[in-house]
Amino acid sequence: MAEVIVRKLNKMFDTNHVVKDVDLHIRDKEFVVFVGPSGCGKTTTLRMIAGLEAVTSGDILIGNTVVNEVPPMDRDIAMVFQNYALYPHMSVASNMAFGLKMRKFDKAEIQKRIKRAAEILDIGQLLNRKPRQLSGGQRQRVALGRAIVRDPKVFLFDEPLSNLDAKLRVQMRVELKKLHERLAVTSIYVTHDQVEAMTLGDRVVVMKDGVVQQVGEPLELYNTPANRFVAGFIGSPAMNFADVTLSGGNGRLWAEAPGLKIGVPEPIAARVNGHAGSKATLGIRPEDLRVAGPADPAELCFEVEVEVIEQLGSEILLDTRAGTSTFVASVDPTLRTRVHERLKLAINPDRLHLFDAQTEAAI
Amino acid sequence: MIEGAVWRKWVFYNIPLILFVFVLLFPFYWMIITSFRPDGELYRPWNAVNYNPFWTNNPTFEHIEYLFEETNFGRWMLNTMFIAVVSTLISLFCGVLAGYALARLNFPWAGSLGTMIFITYLVPQTLLFIPLAQIIRNFELGDTPWSLILTYPTFLIPFCTWLMMGYFKAIPKELEECARIDGASRWKAMVYIIIPCAVPGILSAGIIAFTLSWNEFIYALVFLSSPDQKTVPVGVTSELIRGDVFFWGPLMAGALLGSIPVAVVYSFFVEHYVSGLTGSVKG
Repeated sequence: MAEVIVRKLNKMFDTNHVVKDVDLHIRDKEFVVFVGPSGCGKTTTLRMIAGLEAVTSGDILIGNTVVNEVPPMDRDIAMVFQNYALYPHMSVASNMAFGLKMRKFDKAEIQKRIKRAAEILDIGQLLNRKPRQLSGGQRQRVALGRAIVRDPKVFLFDEPLSNLDAKLRVQMRVELKKLHERLAVTSIYVTHDQVEAMTLGDRVVVMKDGVVQQVGEPLELYNTPANRFVAGFIGSPAMNFADVTLSGGNGRLWAEAPGLKIGVPEPIAARVNGHAGSKATLGIRPEDLRVAGPADPAELCFEVEVEVIEQLGSEILLDTRAGTSTFVASVDPTLRTRVHERLKLAINPDRLHLFDAQTEAAI
Repeated sequence: MIEGAVWRKWVFYNIPLILFVFVLLFPFYWMIITSFRPDGELYRPWNAVNYNPFWTNNPTFEHIEYLFEETNFGRWMLNTMFIAVVSTLISLFCGVLAGYALARLNFPWAGSLGTMIFITYLVPQTLLFIPLAQIIRNFELGDTPWSLILTYPTFLIPFCTWLMMGYFKAIPKELEECARIDGASRWKAMVYIIIPCAVPGILSAGIIAFTLSWNEFIYALVFLSSPDQKTVPVGVTSELIRGDVFFWGPLMAGALLGSIPVAVVYSFFVEHYVSGLTGSVKG
C-alpha cells in the first residue's frame, strides 16, 4: 500500500517535450485514471512511474521514497500491458509464478498465491494452458492474475481493455472495479476512453499535449470542467460548442451568434460581467437540451432545424443546426419529428458553460 | 489458386511446378543413381547399344566401399562435423548476444553498427582468405581444425547477428518490460524470456550457419593440406579428381553421404526453421 507522488515531472524525447510539469498526488488505495487523446503523454507518464522510461526532470515518489533512479524490478509495482505481454513459452501458472520466482519466494507460497489469484479471477481451469490457447478475455485475466500474485504496492494499467471487443470490455471494466474494491491497492490506469475513465476512476486526470488539464472526481469533471478541452472530452455524446459574442442589453447578459440568442442565467452572468462585449464559447451538453415547452422562458430557447435523427431506443439524438452552430440534443424517445423540421430547443440554465475564447478556460 | 479453364491451371500452375521440381531434384537423382551404378556402366560410351544413364539394373556399393577403404572419408566426415558444430556454436553465441544488443540496448550508433556488421558479411571470401591466411600462418594454426573454427565465424557471426537482430526486434518489447517489472534484471529477462521466445530464430540461424560451414570450400582448401585434416568438400574433390581423371562413382557417393547430415538437420528442425524465418512471437 502506498501513495504515489509526482512532482514537476518532465519528459523530453530529443527535442520533443511530451510530458510537461506534471504534479500529482495519488492517495493510498486510490484508483486514478489518466485519460486523454493519443499522444497526450499519459502512457509516457505511466512508464516513467513504472521505471521503463528515464525521467528528464522532476521527481516520482512511491511510498515516500524517490524512485527516479530505482530500476523497475525494485519499485514493487505490477503492470498490465495493452497486449497483455504474457510470456508465450510459459503456461498460465508459470506466467503467474515468474515474478515470485524472480523474488525467490518458496514454492509453497507461490502455489498458494497462484491458487488465490486463480480463484479471484476464475481461471483455475486454465493454469496448465499456454497463452496462445486462451481467448482475449482469458489472456486479460491471466495478465491481471500475474499482477495480483505479486501483491505489489501499486498496480499500473496501460490501456488493458483496448484489445477486447466492446461487450467484453464492459464486462471486464466491471470486474476491474470489483477487483480494486476487493484488493484496495493504489492503482493507476491509462486509457483514451472517457467512459472507462469515468466509470473506473476515483479520480480522473485529463491530459492534453503533455499537460494536465484537470484532476478531479468523475462528476466534478463532468459538471464543472476546467476548460473547453475537458468539457469536450468528458461526456458522450460530446458537449455542444458555439462561438458567441457576449453583450449587455435589457438589463441582462446575452450570448449571441448568427441564428442564436440566449440569455445567460444570473449566477453565470455575475461571473462573466467583466467579459461583456468579448468573444466566448458557449457549451451545453446534449442531455441538457430539450424540446421547448410552453413554460420555458423565451430567453433560454432557440430555434433549430433537424438535420439527422439517431434513434438509440432509450433516447433520440437530434443533430440540429441554428445559424452557423450545430447542436446535438438528447431528447425523449417518444418524440416524433422529421428531418428539416424546425423545432424550438430549451437549455437547462443551470448547466450552461462558458469558456474564454482565447484561453479556453471556463468562465 | 488459379481459377478458370483447365488449360490455365496446367499452363500457369502445374507445368511450371513440375519444371521447377524437376530442375531442383534432378541433380540429386543424378547424384544418387551415379553413386550406385557400377564403373562398367558409368564409363560406357554414349553411343553404345545398352547406354542408359538414368537407371541401373546392377546397383552396387563398390563406390561407397571405395570411399571408406581407399580414402579418409570417415575422417573427413568427423572433421567436417567437428568444425561445423564448434564454429556454429561460437557464431550463435556471439550472434545472439550481439543481435540482442543491437536490437534492444539503445546505445548510440547501434543502427550504423548493425549496418557495418552486415557490410562485413558482404566482403567476398575469395578476397578475405588472403589476409586470413597470413593471420593463420602467424598463429601457426595452419592444417589444424582451429584454422577453420576461428575463421568461419568471420562470416557466420555477421550473418547470425543480422538474423537475430531482426528476430529480436519482432519480439514485443513489452515482454521484456513486463519481466523487468516482475523482478528480473535485464540479463535475466533476456535469458528467461527473450531467448526462449527467440528459439525458432536461433534454430534458423544455427541451421544456416551449420550448412554454410559444412559446405564451405575455399578456406578449407587454403588452410588445410594433409589428407587426414581435410573436410568433406575439399577431401572429395582433391582426392577423387586426380589430374583430369574424375572418379565419378566415389565422387557422387561422397557428395551423397556428405549431404545426409545437412538434410537430417533441416528435416529435424524444419517447422521451427520456417517459423523462425517467417513468423514472430505474439504476446
